[in-house]
Amino acid sequence: MGNNSKNITKRLVIKSRTENLSSLRDFISDNANNAGLSTDDIDDIILAVDEACTNIIKHAYKSVPDGEIIIEINYNARKFTIKLIDHGNSFDPESVPVPDLQKYLRQRKVGGLGLYLMRTLMDDVKYVSIPGEYNQILLSKNLNNAHQ
Amino acid sequence: MAEFSTSIKNQGEISVVYLKGFLDAHTASNLENTFSGLIDNNQYKIVVNFKDLAYISSAGLGVFMAFIEKVRENNGDIKLTTMSDKVFNIFDLLGFPLLYEIFKTEDEAVKKFEEK
Repeated sequence: MGNNSKNITKRLVIKSRTENLSSLRDFISDNANNAGLSTDDIDDIILAVDEACTNIIKHAYKSVPDGEIIIEINYNARKFTIKLIDHGNSFDPESVPVPDLQKYLRQRKVGGLGLYLMRTLMDDVKYVSIPGEYNQILLSKNLNNAHQ
Repeated sequence: MAEFSTSIKNQGEISVVYLKGFLDAHTASNLENTFSGLIDNNQYKIVVNFKDLAYISSAGLGVFMAFIEKVRENNGDIKLTTMSDKVFNIFDLLGFPLLYEIFKTEDEAVKKFEEK
């Protein structure tokens, strides 16, 4: 992987439309491939970022199509991090309980599954919300095999 | 834009729905329309073949949740078959194997309907 201390940053800006999810997934996939991640890790990250972005489109922007979503990838030999920033309604992830999946499925509920997937697929999920200004989600995956 | 399509093969009372491509928050409505069409025609015995499905997110999984109750109320079912490991893992992570019968092959899923 070359210089292990090197940080690489890539940026993409999209409008809050679900039709943009596929180009977002391609952006993540290309960069995760360049970072040398395993196929399993790449699949996990793609799904987690898709879920995060879908939540932003549906909840932060309430499906209004002209909101801006900024996606920034940052990686080095140890960690692959994706930051998503929006200027929509703020969101308190603590208000979404970890779902009791059994109960959830019996009630045919699906909202909240995206956040559950993000937390399951990634090593770290952090939200920062400054109401009226911006929301930021930080998704990270540790690259444990970097020195092997 | 992500490509997603469905096609249907009718086999007696049973409808086999083939999924192809990427099922996400954008394309989920396409599958909703497919299921709605089957239900409008009183076709409640549904086998969904995932062989050519490359990707699914929770929005896609939500479509199965939205229709299963109505289908079962009418003595039908949605049975799932031929999933890649990658797609199965997402279903498994969310506990879906407890709610849906998942078969290795389309034949097994069709036969399960015919047994009854």
